[in-house]
Amino acid sequence: MADAYPELQEAVRQAAAQGRALAIRAGGSKDFYGGETRGERLDVNALRGIVAYEPRELVLTAKAATPLAEIEALLAEQGQMLAFEPPHYGAAATLGGTLACGFSGPRRAYAGAARDFVLGLSLIDGRGEHLHFGGRVMKNVAGYDVSRFAVGSLGVLGVFTEISLKVLPRPRHEITLQFEMDEARAIEALNRWARQPLPLSAGSFHEGLLAVRLSGAESALHAARAQLGGEVLEHGAEFWRRLKEHDTPFFAQAPLWRLALPGTTPPLDLPGRQWLEWGGGLRWVATDMSAAEIFAAAQARGGHATLFRGAGAQRFQALAPALLSLHRRLKAAFDPAGIFNRGRLYPDF
Amino acid sequence: MDAAPPDLSAVMAALAQVMPRANLLSDPEDTRPFEADGLTAYRRTPWLVALPESEEQVAAALRICHRLGVPVVPRGAGTGLAAGALPGEGAVLLVLSKLNRILGVDPLAGTARLEPGVRNLAISEAAAPYGLYYAPDPSSQIACSIGGNVAENSGGVHCLKYGLTTHNLLKLRLVTMEGEILDIGSLAPDSPGFDLLALITGSEGLLGVVTEITVELLPRPLRAQVVLAAFDDVEKAGAAVGDIIAAGIIPAGLEMMDAPAIQAAEAFVHAGYPLDAAAILLVEVDGTNEEVSEDILTVRRLLLQSGATEVHSAEDEETRRRFWAGRKNAFPAVGRLSPDYYCMDGTIPRAQLPHVLHRIGELSAHYGLRVANVFHAGDGNLHPLILYDANRPGELERAEAFGADILALCVAVGGAITGEHGVGVEKIKAMCVQYAPAALEKFHAVKAAFDPAGLLNPGKAVPELHRCAEWGAMHVHQGALPHPELPRF
Repeated sequence: MADAYPELQEAVRQAAAQGRALAIRAGGSKDFYGGETRGERLDVNALRGIVAYEPRELVLTAKAATPLAEIEALLAEQGQMLAFEPPHYGAAATLGGTLACGFSGPRRAYAGAARDFVLGLSLIDGRGEHLHFGGRVMKNVAGYDVSRFAVGSLGVLGVFTEISLKVLPRPRHEITLQFEMDEARAIEALNRWARQPLPLSAGSFHEGLLAVRLSGAESALHAARAQLGGEVLEHGAEFWRRLKEHDTPFFAQAPLWRLALPGTTPPLDLPGRQWLEWGGGLRWVATDMSAAEIFAAAQARGGHATLFRGAGAQRFQALAPALLSLHRRLKAAFDPAGIFNRGRLYPDF
Repeated sequence: MDAAPPDLSAVMAALAQVMPRANLLSDPEDTRPFEADGLTAYRRTPWLVALPESEEQVAAALRICHRLGVPVVPRGAGTGLAAGALPGEGAVLLVLSKLNRILGVDPLAGTARLEPGVRNLAISEAAAPYGLYYAPDPSSQIACSIGGNVAENSGGVHCLKYGLTTHNLLKLRLVTMEGEILDIGSLAPDSPGFDLLALITGSEGLLGVVTEITVELLPRPLRAQVVLAAFDDVEKAGAAVGDIIAAGIIPAGLEMMDAPAIQAAEAFVHAGYPLDAAAILLVEVDGTNEEVSEDILTVRRLLLQSGATEVHSAEDEETRRRFWAGRKNAFPAVGRLSPDYYCMDGTIPRAQLPHVLHRIGELSAHYGLRVANVFHAGDGNLHPLILYDANRPGELERAEAFGADILALCVAVGGAITGEHGVGVEKIKAMCVQYAPAALEKFHAVKAAFDPAGLLNPGKAVPELHRCAEWGAMHVHQGALPHPELPRF
């Protein structure tokens, strides 16, 4: 663990003293995500490299700007993986950027979210202090869980420097089954199957086709397939890769909204096209509806909407007033001068 | 806020406006049962005990205490092991046990909505008719409450595969010290803004009082099978754990016990453990029928390759129950060996186990106190049980010094001072060892964002910086104690 990053810390201290905003950036693969970030660029690409990897401990520690691809290649050599299956959205994707966005992929609903796999995190706060939270062990309940709290904060709390993650063995086998059915039945099936001891690891519904991925021992996959029926989808791995990376024409549409909803939410009667993931909990909606209508639709169903791609001023669901003021106080606790990633998460941060 | 210390009868009268008078206790006869939690070495007769019956009463009580400047200590079932619910001087002890309803189980969504006083095991019992259960299973699960589990981010014996409390929560309702009610998290995946759910889970009642919890339920695995392996050497047992994980198997449970723990457990419950072993491992795999059959064969092969002297698979439910009974009763079993024991809760990178056990042995000789080790081997959570007799002058102090050395050792090898029990009052000095002053300051800033007046559970979990200096506790960093040349016991 590096004790200090003197140059970065000094850059932060000076910016704080002068009240200058900083836009934290490494690979830039997530530039499309969140609000427009004001301020001068703070290039963190120097924070690169795997610090420690102990396959037998299931723990990997890397500097924040280490390319995700490099980490995944190293894990694959040992038959392991990042179980939250993060999307890259470009070759330049880094671990820190992925966690700052809180992105998880198809395995999210079955294995857990990005934050679930974070064990420790070091960051430079708005005073230029280098702070370490959590650690490299599976269990640590000493102090507030700042490491997981910081996941998804879009860089507004500090500059991530090092991150420790829990990693998992890759499944021995995977198959993808495909079913033709309508959306209501697909949602019901995804929820019903998820409540049974089946080796599910991903689910997708789009235009009349339900696809589910099964992961585990070969014998278990055979048994599950016999129970579920359906057709085996050839090139299943490629199907999930393209879905994860938004490498299909559907995801090139803009504006593209991401609605996170309770998994049992019935089909959304909204104009435009949709793609469902995460056992029903995630609905991608390509629509020209107004932002206000989409945010209201998500809220009415107990969820929240994000303007994922496309132009628009408000990108994230508004917080209740009491929660927003708590966010402001927490932001000030980490970044009192308000210099990090202004505008990226909320316009007034 | 009043500057003068609040007057008991005035606080009582104010609280009686918002909850039944019978739910307010101040006579020591009535309040003494609440003087300690599960760590009874710390006790204080409460000043005033309040037992609200609803979220509205909790919020109203907090508003009153905030207005009067009265500190509040929240308490669940009182099974905590770090004195996190130790009553405060001139503080209201807010006992949540009357909020004990299961508000609903949604079998299709796989969720349960609960009041904080619901017992951990009662959740799985309510979910059982649907083939579902709540995964975190602290050993106190018969008695401990879900509200306390959230406050402590409780674990159990299945954490490596199924996670801690924080991995199994969806949504909370939190009442702040000012009496404001916040909805944290949702039934949808992730949440807009910061991950407050992560921040609040394990915050030991310092940030707010949780009045409602929605947890995720998992499908009960079709089959679970346990293998018992004996080793003549602790190091071999530790290596076997690494071999199993390196083979791509994540056991549902993976427990280790050393010789003193084995002997105590065997004498107590006759689990069938080999008495001549230096260590035993319990390896449980679960999943579909086919998966378990495959994995058990692999696990048996790996255990024998790693030098296990005996390997037994539990072929029936009765044997499985018996194998586990020894482990689950290890604490009371050790308790029979000695008038008192002090349970530690450090975590370490698993590879450090032989070194750590060796060092604990040396410390045991130095302090003249016996120790038995029970280890959640899968996730690196070590529970050394230090045996002492509180009636012998100085033994408690020796046990505490021994414990502090063990925690410093855990930090020095890259681990943590607590894996699942929390800091509370007990480990507050050790926090100075684990965290640098700047990180502790940040914790205080987080606390102030929720509770600017500092009235919720004050003096727990996060030490004041000047106290660290007074205690002479030293921050251990990168495995390096300051002045490593000095002998330290």
